[in-house]
Amino acid sequence: MAYALCLLLFMIGLYCVAVKKNLVKIVIGLAVMEYAVNLFLIMLGYRAGGVAPILTRSEVGPKGELSDIFVSRAVDPLPQALVLTAIVISLGTLALLIATCIRIYSRYGTFDITQIRRLKG
Amino acid sequence: MVLFYILLAFMIIAAIIAIETRDLLSSVVSVSAIGFIGSLIFLILQAPDIAITQIVVEVLALIILIRATIARDLTTIAEGREFFGTVVCVAVLLVIALATVRAADALPVFGRPAFASIEGSPSQIYLRQGSRDTGAANLVAAVILDYRAYDTLGEATVLFTSIIGATAILRSRTVKALQEPEA
Amino acid sequence: MNDRGMSIIVKTITGPVKVLIFLFGINVILFGHLTPGGGFAGGVVLAGSYVLLMLAFGKGYAEQNLPTSLASRLDCIGALLFATVACLGAILAGSFFVNFLYQRYLPGRLLDLVSAGTIPLSNLAIGLKVGASLYLVVVMLSVFGKDTADKV
Repeated sequence: MAYALCLLLFMIGLYCVAVKKNLVKIVIGLAVMEYAVNLFLIMLGYRAGGVAPILTRSEVGPKGELSDIFVSRAVDPLPQALVLTAIVISLGTLALLIATCIRIYSRYGTFDITQIRRLKG
Repeated sequence: MVLFYILLAFMIIAAIIAIETRDLLSSVVSVSAIGFIGSLIFLILQAPDIAITQIVVEVLALIILIRATIARDLTTIAEGREFFGTVVCVAVLLVIALATVRAADALPVFGRPAFASIEGSPSQIYLRQGSRDTGAANLVAAVILDYRAYDTLGEATVLFTSIIGATAILRSRTVKALQEPEA
Repeated sequence: MNDRGMSIIVKTITGPVKVLIFLFGINVILFGHLTPGGGFAGGVVLAGSYVLLMLAFGKGYAEQNLPTSLASRLDCIGALLFATVACLGAILAGSFFVNFLYQRYLPGRLLDLVSAGTIPLSNLAIGLKVGASLYLVVVMLSVFGKDTADKV
Protein backbone atom coordinates (compact mmCIF):
# COMPACT_ATOMS: atom_id res chain seq x y z
CA MET A 1 0.00 0.00 0.00
CA ALA A 2 2.74 2.45 0.90
CA TYR A 3 4.78 1.45 -2.15
CA ALA A 4 1.71 1.96 -4.33
CA LEU A 5 1.29 5.53 -3.08
CA CYS A 6 4.93 6.25 -3.74
CA LEU A 7 4.61 4.91 -7.27
CA LEU A 8 1.51 7.07 -7.72
CA LEU A 9 3.66 10.10 -6.92
CA PHE A 10 6.13 8.97 -9.57
CA MET A 11 3.34 8.57 -12.12
CA ILE A 12 2.09 12.09 -11.37
CA GLY A 13 5.56 13.46 -12.12
CA LEU A 14 5.81 11.39 -15.30
CA TYR A 15 2.42 12.69 -16.47
CA CYS A 16 3.61 16.23 -15.91
CA VAL A 17 6.78 15.71 -17.97
CA ALA A 18 4.89 14.07 -20.82
CA VAL A 19 1.87 16.33 -21.16
CA LYS A 20 2.68 19.86 -20.09
CA LYS A 21 3.79 22.54 -22.50
CA ASN A 22 5.56 24.96 -20.21
CA LEU A 23 9.27 24.35 -19.80
CA VAL A 24 9.36 25.17 -16.08
CA LYS A 25 6.41 22.82 -15.51
CA ILE A 26 8.43 20.04 -17.12
CA VAL A 27 11.32 20.75 -14.75
CA ILE A 28 8.89 20.68 -11.82
CA GLY A 29 7.59 17.29 -12.96
CA LEU A 30 11.16 16.02 -13.02
CA ALA A 31 11.67 17.25 -9.45
CA VAL A 32 8.52 15.43 -8.31
CA MET A 33 9.82 12.23 -9.91
CA GLU A 34 13.12 12.60 -8.08
CA TYR A 35 11.38 13.04 -4.72
CA ALA A 36 9.30 9.92 -5.39
CA VAL A 37 12.34 7.78 -6.24
CA ASN A 38 14.28 8.92 -3.15
CA LEU A 39 11.27 8.15 -0.97
CA PHE A 40 10.92 4.72 -2.52
CA LEU A 41 14.55 3.85 -1.82
CA ILE A 42 14.34 4.91 1.81
CA MET A 43 11.11 2.94 2.24
CA LEU A 44 12.91 -0.15 0.97
CA GLY A 45 15.33 0.04 3.85
CA TYR A 46 12.89 0.76 6.66
CA ARG A 47 12.54 -1.67 9.53
CA ALA A 48 9.39 -1.40 11.62
CA GLY A 49 10.33 -0.23 15.10
CA GLY A 50 13.91 0.40 14.01
CA VAL A 51 16.49 2.93 15.08
CA ALA A 52 18.71 5.13 12.96
CA PRO A 53 22.06 3.55 11.94
CA ILE A 54 24.11 5.89 14.13
CA LEU A 55 25.96 4.63 17.18
CA THR A 56 25.65 6.57 20.38
CA ARG A 57 27.34 6.19 23.72
CA SER A 58 24.65 3.82 24.99
CA GLU A 59 25.14 1.29 22.22
CA VAL A 60 28.90 0.96 22.49
CA GLY A 61 30.22 -1.22 25.29
CA PRO A 62 33.08 -0.16 27.58
CA LYS A 63 35.73 -1.91 25.49
CA GLY A 64 34.30 -0.64 22.23
CA GLU A 65 32.22 -3.66 21.25
CA LEU A 66 28.81 -3.35 19.71
CA SER A 67 25.62 -4.37 21.46
CA ASP A 68 23.96 -7.26 19.68
CA ILE A 69 20.55 -5.72 19.70
CA PHE A 70 21.75 -2.92 17.46
CA VAL A 71 22.30 -5.12 14.42
CA SER A 72 18.86 -6.64 14.63
CA ARG A 73 17.09 -3.35 15.29
CA ALA A 74 18.86 -0.85 13.08
CA VAL A 75 17.51 0.50 9.83
CA ASP A 76 19.41 -0.40 6.66
CA PRO A 77 22.24 2.10 6.00
CA LEU A 78 22.87 1.17 2.38
CA PRO A 79 19.81 2.79 0.73
CA GLN A 80 20.43 5.90 2.82
CA ALA A 81 23.94 6.18 1.41
CA LEU A 82 22.60 5.87 -2.13
CA VAL A 83 19.87 8.46 -1.58
CA LEU A 84 22.31 10.94 -0.02
CA THR A 85 24.27 11.24 -3.23
CA ALA A 86 21.08 11.21 -5.30
CA ILE A 87 19.64 14.22 -3.49
CA VAL A 88 22.73 16.36 -4.04
CA ILE A 89 23.00 15.30 -7.68
CA SER A 90 19.36 16.30 -8.21
CA LEU A 91 20.22 19.80 -7.02
CA GLY A 92 23.08 20.02 -9.51
CA THR A 93 20.96 18.88 -12.43
CA LEU A 94 18.15 21.23 -11.40
CA ALA A 95 20.60 24.14 -11.55
CA LEU A 96 21.73 23.07 -15.03
CA LEU A 97 18.14 22.71 -16.28
CA ILE A 98 17.09 26.10 -14.93
CA ALA A 99 20.15 27.72 -16.52
CA THR A 100 19.08 26.19 -19.84
CA CYS A 101 15.50 27.44 -19.35
CA ILE A 102 16.70 30.97 -18.64
CA ARG A 103 18.87 30.96 -21.75
CA ILE A 104 15.97 29.68 -23.84
CA TYR A 105 13.76 32.44 -22.47
CA SER A 106 16.29 35.11 -23.28
CA ARG A 107 16.63 33.77 -26.82
CA TYR A 108 13.00 33.06 -27.74
CA GLY A 109 11.02 35.17 -25.29
CA THR A 110 8.74 32.37 -24.15
CA PHE A 111 8.67 29.19 -22.09
CA ASP A 112 6.14 27.47 -24.35
CA ILE A 113 7.73 24.52 -26.10
CA THR A 114 5.38 24.62 -29.09
CA GLN A 115 6.45 28.20 -29.79
CA ILE A 116 10.10 27.30 -29.49
CA ARG A 117 9.72 24.70 -32.14
CA ARG A 118 8.24 27.17 -34.60
CA LEU A 119 10.71 30.00 -34.25
CA LYS A 120 13.78 29.50 -36.34
CA GLY A 121 16.96 31.51 -36.28
CA MET B 1 2.48 4.88 11.12
CA VAL B 2 -0.76 6.76 10.72
CA LEU B 3 1.30 9.95 10.59
CA PHE B 4 3.35 8.47 7.78
CA TYR B 5 0.28 7.77 5.63
CA ILE B 6 -1.20 11.20 6.35
CA LEU B 7 2.03 12.90 5.25
CA LEU B 8 2.22 10.74 2.14
CA ALA B 9 -1.35 11.75 1.26
CA PHE B 10 -0.35 15.40 1.70
CA MET B 11 2.59 14.85 -0.62
CA ILE B 12 0.33 13.50 -3.33
CA ILE B 13 -2.13 16.37 -2.92
CA ALA B 14 0.73 18.89 -3.15
CA ALA B 15 2.03 17.16 -6.27
CA ILE B 16 -1.37 17.34 -7.95
CA ILE B 17 -1.63 21.04 -7.07
CA ALA B 18 1.89 21.66 -8.36
CA ILE B 19 1.24 20.25 -11.79
CA GLU B 20 -2.28 21.50 -12.34
CA THR B 21 -2.22 25.10 -11.21
CA ARG B 22 -1.83 27.83 -13.81
CA ASP B 23 0.35 30.21 -11.86
CA LEU B 24 4.02 29.27 -11.99
CA LEU B 25 4.84 30.75 -8.59
CA SER B 26 2.16 28.66 -6.83
CA SER B 27 3.46 25.63 -8.62
CA VAL B 28 7.00 26.25 -7.38
CA VAL B 29 5.79 26.76 -3.82
CA SER B 30 3.85 23.48 -3.95
CA VAL B 31 6.95 21.61 -5.07
CA SER B 32 8.80 23.04 -2.07
CA ALA B 33 5.97 21.81 0.12
CA ILE B 34 6.58 18.33 -1.27
CA GLY B 35 10.22 18.67 -0.27
CA PHE B 36 9.40 19.76 3.27
CA ILE B 37 6.94 16.92 3.78
CA GLY B 38 9.49 14.54 2.34
CA SER B 39 12.00 15.66 4.95
CA LEU B 40 9.47 14.95 7.73
CA ILE B 41 8.80 11.52 6.28
CA PHE B 42 12.50 10.78 6.24
CA LEU B 43 12.65 11.62 9.93
CA ILE B 44 9.79 9.22 10.64
CA LEU B 45 11.56 6.54 8.62
CA GLN B 46 14.64 6.89 10.88
CA ALA B 47 16.95 8.51 8.34
CA PRO B 48 18.24 11.72 10.00
CA ASP B 49 21.15 12.20 7.55
CA ILE B 50 18.77 12.23 4.64
CA ALA B 51 16.32 14.52 6.44
CA ILE B 52 18.98 17.19 7.00
CA THR B 53 20.24 16.94 3.43
CA GLN B 54 16.76 17.00 1.94
CA ILE B 55 15.64 20.11 3.77
CA VAL B 56 18.70 22.22 3.00
CA VAL B 57 18.80 21.07 -0.62
CA GLU B 58 15.13 21.86 -0.96
CA VAL B 59 15.63 25.42 0.32
CA LEU B 60 18.34 26.04 -2.28
CA ALA B 61 16.21 24.44 -4.98
CA LEU B 62 13.38 26.79 -4.04
CA ILE B 63 15.69 29.78 -4.46
CA ILE B 64 16.90 28.54 -7.84
CA LEU B 65 13.38 27.80 -9.11
CA ILE B 66 12.00 31.15 -7.95
CA ARG B 67 14.89 32.84 -9.68
CA ALA B 68 13.77 31.29 -12.93
CA THR B 69 10.16 32.39 -12.61
CA ILE B 70 9.95 35.65 -10.73
CA ALA B 71 11.99 37.94 -12.93
CA ARG B 72 10.21 36.93 -16.08
CA ASP B 73 7.19 38.59 -17.60
CA LEU B 74 5.53 35.30 -18.38
CA THR B 75 4.37 33.82 -15.08
CA THR B 76 1.06 32.38 -16.12
CA ILE B 77 0.53 29.70 -18.64
CA ALA B 78 -2.00 30.10 -21.38
CA GLU B 79 -2.33 26.64 -22.77
CA GLY B 80 -5.05 24.78 -24.49
CA ARG B 81 -5.28 21.13 -23.75
CA GLU B 82 -4.89 18.63 -26.53
CA PHE B 83 -7.53 16.06 -25.82
CA PHE B 84 -6.21 13.13 -27.80
CA GLY B 85 -2.62 13.45 -26.60
CA THR B 86 -3.67 13.63 -22.98
CA VAL B 87 -5.91 10.57 -23.24
CA VAL B 88 -3.22 8.48 -24.90
CA CYS B 89 -0.68 9.54 -22.28
CA VAL B 90 -3.00 8.70 -19.39
CA ALA B 91 -3.77 5.30 -20.92
CA VAL B 92 -0.09 4.45 -21.29
CA LEU B 93 0.59 5.61 -17.73
CA LEU B 94 -2.21 3.40 -16.45
CA VAL B 95 -0.67 0.38 -18.12
CA ILE B 96 2.74 1.22 -16.63
CA ALA B 97 1.15 1.75 -13.21
CA LEU B 98 -0.58 -1.62 -13.29
CA ALA B 99 2.67 -3.30 -14.25
CA THR B 100 4.60 -1.63 -11.43
CA VAL B 101 1.94 -2.46 -8.85
CA ARG B 102 2.18 -6.07 -9.92
CA ALA B 103 5.96 -5.91 -9.59
CA ALA B 104 5.76 -4.19 -6.22
CA ASP B 105 3.88 -7.21 -4.87
CA ALA B 106 7.11 -9.14 -5.13
CA LEU B 107 8.82 -6.78 -2.72
CA PRO B 108 8.77 -7.62 0.99
CA VAL B 109 6.01 -6.00 3.00
CA PHE B 110 6.68 -2.43 4.10
CA GLY B 111 8.46 -2.62 7.45
CA ARG B 112 10.75 -5.48 6.58
CA PRO B 113 13.96 -4.20 4.97
CA ALA B 114 14.55 -5.68 1.54
CA PHE B 115 18.33 -6.00 1.82
CA ALA B 116 19.09 -6.30 5.49
CA SER B 117 16.84 -9.32 6.07
CA ILE B 118 19.08 -11.51 3.94
CA GLU B 119 21.86 -13.10 5.95
CA GLY B 120 25.31 -12.19 4.73
CA SER B 121 24.13 -9.26 2.66
CA PRO B 122 26.38 -6.17 2.54
CA SER B 123 23.93 -4.24 4.72
CA GLN B 124 24.37 -6.75 7.54
CA ILE B 125 28.16 -6.60 7.13
CA TYR B 126 28.06 -2.79 7.30
CA LEU B 127 25.94 -2.90 10.44
CA ARG B 128 28.01 -5.55 12.19
CA GLN B 129 31.52 -4.50 11.31
CA GLY B 130 31.14 -0.91 10.19
CA SER B 131 32.40 0.77 13.31
CA ARG B 132 35.20 -1.75 13.75
CA ASP B 133 36.45 -1.47 10.16
CA THR B 134 36.25 2.27 9.79
CA GLY B 135 36.12 3.71 13.29
CA ALA B 136 33.14 5.94 12.52
CA ALA B 137 30.01 6.08 14.64
CA ASN B 138 27.81 7.35 11.80
CA LEU B 139 27.42 4.23 9.67
CA VAL B 140 26.02 6.09 6.68
CA ALA B 141 29.16 8.26 6.57
CA ALA B 142 31.23 5.09 6.90
CA VAL B 143 29.43 3.60 3.92
CA ILE B 144 29.74 6.61 1.65
CA LEU B 145 33.30 7.56 2.52
CA ASP B 146 35.00 4.29 3.23
CA TYR B 147 33.21 1.24 1.87
CA ARG B 148 31.78 2.94 -1.21
CA ALA B 149 34.03 5.93 -1.67
CA TYR B 150 34.08 5.46 -5.44
CA ASP B 151 30.41 6.36 -5.57
CA THR B 152 31.19 9.58 -3.72
CA LEU B 153 33.98 10.35 -6.17
CA GLY B 154 31.56 9.84 -9.03
CA GLU B 155 28.99 12.02 -7.36
CA ALA B 156 31.49 14.81 -6.75
CA THR B 157 32.41 14.61 -10.43
CA VAL B 158 28.77 14.81 -11.55
CA LEU B 159 28.13 17.81 -9.31
CA PHE B 160 31.29 19.52 -10.54
CA THR B 161 30.37 18.93 -14.17
CA SER B 162 26.80 20.15 -13.81
CA ILE B 163 27.94 23.34 -12.06
CA ILE B 164 30.54 23.96 -14.77
CA GLY B 165 27.87 23.40 -17.39
CA ALA B 166 25.44 25.82 -15.74
CA THR B 167 28.17 28.44 -15.38
CA ALA B 168 29.24 28.01 -19.00
CA ILE B 169 25.68 28.35 -20.27
CA LEU B 170 25.16 31.57 -18.37
CA ARG B 171 28.53 33.05 -19.08
CA SER B 172 28.42 33.48 -22.84
CA ARG B 173 26.16 36.49 -22.42
CA THR B 174 28.77 38.49 -20.59
CA VAL B 175 31.49 37.47 -23.05
CA LYS B 176 29.34 38.81 -25.86
CA ALA B 177 28.71 42.02 -23.94
CA LEU B 178 32.43 42.48 -23.49
CA GLN B 179 33.17 41.94 -27.15
CA GLU B 180 30.52 44.20 -28.61
CA PRO B 181 32.07 47.63 -27.88
CA GLU B 182 35.27 46.52 -29.58
CA ALA B 183 33.64 45.11 -32.71
CA MET C 1 17.60 39.83 -6.92
CA ASN C 2 18.38 43.53 -7.22
CA ASP C 3 21.54 45.32 -6.42
CA ARG C 4 20.32 47.29 -3.44
CA GLY C 5 19.44 44.34 -1.25
CA MET C 6 16.45 44.25 1.02
CA SER C 7 15.03 46.52 3.72
CA ILE C 8 16.88 47.67 6.81
CA ILE C 9 15.14 45.12 9.04
CA VAL C 10 16.36 42.24 6.92
CA LYS C 11 19.88 43.63 6.82
CA THR C 12 20.04 44.04 10.59
CA ILE C 13 18.83 40.51 11.25
CA THR C 14 21.03 38.98 8.58
CA GLY C 15 24.20 40.28 10.19
CA PRO C 16 24.31 37.90 13.15
CA VAL C 17 22.15 35.16 11.62
CA LYS C 18 24.44 34.43 8.70
CA VAL C 19 27.34 33.90 11.10
CA LEU C 20 25.23 31.40 13.07
CA ILE C 21 24.30 29.54 9.90
CA PHE C 22 27.95 29.41 8.87
CA LEU C 23 28.95 28.02 12.27
CA PHE C 24 26.19 25.43 12.07
CA GLY C 25 27.44 24.38 8.65
CA ILE C 26 30.98 23.93 9.99
CA ASN C 27 29.61 21.88 12.89
CA VAL C 28 27.66 19.60 10.58
CA ILE C 29 30.77 19.02 8.43
CA LEU C 30 33.27 18.48 11.24
CA PHE C 31 31.16 16.05 13.24
CA GLY C 32 30.03 14.21 10.14
CA HIS C 33 31.43 10.91 11.33
CA LEU C 34 29.66 11.09 14.70
CA THR C 35 26.29 12.76 14.20
CA PRO C 36 23.96 12.86 11.22
CA GLY C 37 25.03 15.22 8.48
CA GLY C 38 28.35 14.96 6.80
CA GLY C 39 30.06 16.74 3.96
CA PHE C 40 27.11 17.20 1.61
CA ALA C 41 24.56 18.61 4.03
CA GLY C 42 27.16 20.82 5.70
CA GLY C 43 28.39 22.13 2.37
CA VAL C 44 24.88 23.07 1.30
CA VAL C 45 24.37 24.91 4.62
CA LEU C 46 27.61 26.87 4.03
CA ALA C 47 26.41 27.82 0.57
CA GLY C 48 23.10 28.82 2.13
CA SER C 49 24.75 31.29 4.48
CA TYR C 50 26.49 33.05 1.60
CA VAL C 51 23.32 33.03 -0.51
CA LEU C 52 21.56 34.72 2.41
CA LEU C 53 24.28 37.37 2.38
CA MET C 54 23.79 37.94 -1.34
CA LEU C 55 19.99 38.14 -1.09
CA ALA C 56 19.95 40.55 1.82
CA PHE C 57 22.76 42.91 0.90
CA GLY C 58 22.79 42.85 -2.89
CA LYS C 59 25.11 41.44 -5.47
CA GLY C 60 27.78 44.16 -5.19
CA TYR C 61 28.38 43.51 -1.50
CA ALA C 62 28.47 39.76 -2.02
CA GLU C 63 30.96 40.19 -4.84
CA GLN C 64 33.28 42.16 -2.54
CA ASN C 65 32.88 39.63 0.23
CA LEU C 66 33.45 36.48 -1.82
CA PRO C 67 34.28 37.10 -5.48
CA THR C 68 33.16 34.49 -7.99
CA SER C 69 36.74 33.83 -9.06
CA LEU C 70 37.66 32.94 -5.49
CA ALA C 71 34.59 30.74 -5.12
CA SER C 72 35.47 28.85 -8.26
CA ARG C 73 39.04 28.38 -7.03
CA LEU C 74 37.81 27.09 -3.67
CA ASP C 75 35.61 24.63 -5.54
CA CYS C 76 38.61 23.28 -7.42
CA ILE C 77 40.73 23.15 -4.26
CA GLY C 78 38.04 21.08 -2.56
CA ALA C 79 37.90 18.62 -5.43
CA LEU C 80 41.71 18.37 -5.55
CA LEU C 81 41.85 17.78 -1.81
CA PHE C 82 39.41 14.90 -2.12
CA ALA C 83 41.46 13.37 -4.93
CA THR C 84 44.66 13.85 -2.89
CA VAL C 85 43.22 11.95 0.06
CA ALA C 86 42.32 9.12 -2.30
CA CYS C 87 45.74 9.03 -3.94
CA LEU C 88 47.51 9.10 -0.58
CA GLY C 89 45.61 5.97 0.21
CA ALA C 90 47.07 4.42 -2.91
CA ILE C 91 50.61 5.56 -2.17
CA LEU C 92 50.77 4.78 1.52
CA ALA C 93 48.61 1.73 1.93
CA GLY C 94 48.25 -0.18 -1.27
CA SER C 95 45.02 0.64 -3.04
CA PHE C 96 42.96 3.67 -3.93
CA PHE C 97 40.74 5.20 -1.24
CA VAL C 98 41.96 3.02 1.58
CA ASN C 99 41.33 4.55 4.98
CA PHE C 100 45.07 4.63 5.64
CA LEU C 101 44.92 6.83 8.71
CA TYR C 102 42.62 4.48 10.58
CA GLN C 103 44.33 1.29 9.53
CA ARG C 104 47.98 2.32 9.87
CA TYR C 105 48.79 5.53 11.61
CA LEU C 106 46.10 7.06 13.78
CA PRO C 107 43.39 4.69 14.98
CA GLY C 108 41.83 6.87 17.64
CA ARG C 109 38.98 5.82 19.88
CA LEU C 110 35.38 5.39 18.82
CA LEU C 111 33.15 8.44 19.34
CA ASP C 112 36.07 10.87 19.58
CA LEU C 113 36.43 13.86 17.31
CA VAL C 114 39.79 12.63 16.08
CA SER C 115 38.82 9.17 14.93
CA ALA C 116 37.71 7.32 11.82
CA GLY C 117 40.86 8.12 9.88
CA THR C 118 40.41 9.93 6.59
CA ILE C 119 36.65 10.28 6.91
CA PRO C 120 36.76 13.77 8.51
CA LEU C 121 39.28 14.90 5.88
CA SER C 122 37.04 13.71 3.08
CA ASN C 123 34.10 15.44 4.75
CA LEU C 124 36.01 18.73 4.86
CA ALA C 125 37.02 18.47 1.21
CA ILE C 126 33.50 17.64 0.06
CA GLY C 127 31.94 20.35 2.24
CA LEU C 128 34.24 22.97 0.76
CA LYS C 129 33.57 21.79 -2.76
CA VAL C 130 29.80 21.56 -2.51
CA GLY C 131 29.46 24.88 -0.70
CA ALA C 132 31.59 26.86 -3.11
CA SER C 133 30.03 25.39 -6.25
CA LEU C 134 26.42 25.88 -5.12
CA TYR C 135 27.10 29.49 -4.12
CA LEU C 136 28.72 30.03 -7.51
CA VAL C 137 25.74 28.70 -9.41
CA VAL C 138 23.20 30.77 -7.47
CA VAL C 139 25.25 33.94 -8.04
CA MET C 140 25.57 33.22 -11.75
CA LEU C 141 21.82 32.67 -12.00
CA SER C 142 21.17 36.03 -10.33
CA VAL C 143 23.64 38.03 -12.37
CA PHE C 144 21.99 36.92 -15.61
CA GLY C 145 19.15 39.35 -15.26
CA LYS C 146 16.42 40.90 -17.32
CA ASP C 147 18.62 43.68 -18.63
CA THR C 148 21.01 41.28 -20.31
CA ALA C 149 18.29 39.42 -22.16
CA ASP C 150 18.23 39.80 -25.90
CA LYS C 151 16.05 38.77 -28.78
CA VAL C 152 18.51 37.84 -31.48
